[in-house]
Amino acid sequence: MKFGVIVFPGSNCDYDAYMAIKTVIGHDAEFLWHQDSSLNRCDCLILPGGFAYGDYLRTGAIARFSTIMKKVIEFANNGGLVIGICNGFQILLESGLLPGAMLKNSSLRFICRFVHIRAENRNFQQPMPRREGFKDSHSALRRELLHPPGRFEKTQGKRSDSVPVLR
Amino acid sequence: MSKEDKKQSAVVYVKLKDGVLDPQGMTIKNALENMGYHGIKEVRSGKTFEITFQSEETAKPEELIDEICRKLLTNPVIEKYKFEIQK
Repeated sequence: MKFGVIVFPGSNCDYDAYMAIKTVIGHDAEFLWHQDSSLNRCDCLILPGGFAYGDYLRTGAIARFSTIMKKVIEFANNGGLVIGICNGFQILLESGLLPGAMLKNSSLRFICRFVHIRAENRNFQQPMPRREGFKDSHSALRRELLHPPGRFEKTQGKRSDSVPVLR
Repeated sequence: MSKEDKKQSAVVYVKLKDGVLDPQGMTIKNALENMGYHGIKEVRSGKTFEITFQSEETAKPEELIDEICRKLLTNPVIEKYKFEIQK
């Protein structure tokens, strides 16, 4: 499987994603520049974290209009696999591929800590990957949290079971 | 008045929709209270954009600015906007 890691000006976790694919799961990976107009026949796209376009205007608002995003939207709408991490996830929200928007944390503080998350709505309750320290594969997943805008606001009228609710 | 001043322009005001928690506005309100400004019920923060056109008259500036607001300047999930066209 070939992964494409999209690099925006301001992406800063692009090499992490690239190295994780290459060395941890041992698949092929290549970088795709935001001005490219071809996805180079990648099977899965990763929009990495960081601060694309300096988070100007709104997080992801400018990146969403990059040349490559037209192809990403087309790819996703045709059933292609797209992973958005952190800033990349916010670009997917802005592009309309995912419902909702992100707002500044209500504390106005930068949040940086580990949290346990678990899907609360039943249709998304799949076994989480086994982690050390958890006997039950349905246990919460321990993930890092690191962001200033992390307050999710859902699109009005959207059914909440169309997206996983994590707690 | 210089020639530059005659260019048509628009001012766009963007704010969070009513009901969307605005922690920045709340923090400003608290700061004002600490400074001794009482009687303030709420502060809502927002953004302003000044857009100047190249020419003195643009065809259908309202439609153009409205489109710009919807496509880029605001996220309709969380924000609302209004604008004024200035001649």
